Amino acid sequence: MQLPRPSTLIAELSYQCPLHCPYCSNPTDIGAERYHHELETEHWIRTFRQARALGVLQLALTGGEPMLRRDLVALCEGARDAGLYSSLITAGTLFTREPAEALKAAGLDHVQVSIQSPDPEENDRIAGNRSFDKKIAAARLAKELDFPLTINCVLHRQNLDRIDDVLDLALDLGAQRLELANTQYYGWAVVNQDALMPSREQLQRGEEAVRLFRERVGPKVQVLWVLPDFYEDLPKPCMGGWGNTAMVIAPNGDVMPCQAASTIPGLEFANVRRRSLEWIWNESPAFGRFRGTDWMQEPCRTCPLGRQELDWGGCRCQALRLAGDAAATDPVCRFSPHHDRVVAARESTQAGDFTYRAIKPTVRV
Amino acid sequence: MTRPRLAIGARLQYDEVREEHQLLVPEGVVRLNATAAEVLELCDGERSLDDIVGALSDRYDGADLGDDVRGLVQAMADKGLVVDAAA
Repeated sequence: MQLPRPSTLIAELSYQCPLHCPYCSNPTDIGAERYHHELETEHWIRTFRQARALGVLQLALTGGEPMLRRDLVALCEGARDAGLYSSLITAGTLFTREPAEALKAAGLDHVQVSIQSPDPEENDRIAGNRSFDKKIAAARLAKELDFPLTINCVLHRQNLDRIDDVLDLALDLGAQRLELANTQYYGWAVVNQDALMPSREQLQRGEEAVRLFRERVGPKVQVLWVLPDFYEDLPKPCMGGWGNTAMVIAPNGDVMPCQAASTIPGLEFANVRRRSLEWIWNESPAFGRFRGTDWMQEPCRTCPLGRQELDWGGCRCQALRLAGDAAATDPVCRFSPHHDRVVAARESTQAGDFTYRAIKPTVRV
Repeated sequence: MTRPRLAIGARLQYDEVREEHQLLVPEGVVRLNATAAEVLELCDGERSLDDIVGALSDRYDGADLGDDVRGLVQAMADKGLVVDAAA
């Protein structure tokens, strides 16, 4: 089999973050000792060069909050020198003039600012801290400095009804892109699934609002709208397929095929301190484990729709969580014998309290 | 479209790994053939569309490239990748 070439590197620079979003995609054990030892500047810069040589084009500098890395300017220079297109994925609260200008000069290509809600109070409640005004200031500053701006808003039961305001805010801020990311249930979102799961009616209204906005505004603001898995009956090609297009590097240097891969028992992730990215991508057992189609079981193996190389069996972490086997068909698929669990999850939605993301022992707010 | 330029944040590059021209944009890549890359290199917000057609026509022994160039620039504009510097 010809090995695929990666195009995206997601660099989780630090799991530290001033926000406490209850759907954070970071692992729920971010406080664990193995994450304490963050990579040094030179590890990252060497890794960026290795990534480009492997074929990577896009670099997402994310976290946690990447602005908390004191060497972020040096990392952006390293990314530029390697020839990567770099995106800063930030909550915005620390994206103030002085660091922002330094990042621009260092060659950072693109800034994505998250908002939790277009309503200031609701934003601050979901984020678990007072951050809305700083986010708006960060977005305006990014525009002023001529960065292309993406606004990201994770959508769920508690903010979906404000979607028109999200769209208008993105337009007002001059965003080129708006990512409307319906919550996917990994990381902290699993803990908060009941409080986050939207209703079908909310999603239908959301989809209609997006359609009308696209008609009205045209290509000036590119709106990405992705239906949550739980309302589909065919799975998504999670990460574009395991070990197929993307890799994620945790703050400690462990390289994983997706953000949630550490939940799968029995996989050992090689670390960029000890192994080259080329070896990790091409040779490591973890990246080979679910690559391609040979690992597939029924019903994927004889998929009646022939979608093996379209959806790559869906999400391995979801298969583990809902079917008890990371090598099973993603239960989002209507042919999965466990699809009823997905149906049950979307019917059991209820208003509930959030368990906020925290690095220390979980607190109930 | 008067004076086309690349959208803010769009960057042309030649990828030596894949041996192809690309337009890198936020979270994406548009693969380009060599001709498209030549056209986009001229979309600098200074030249008019006619200037660009003329420059390429000179480069290719007076060939009439007007429709092809306009079609390409319009297709890129429809995707938000090229904008009008005069607008």
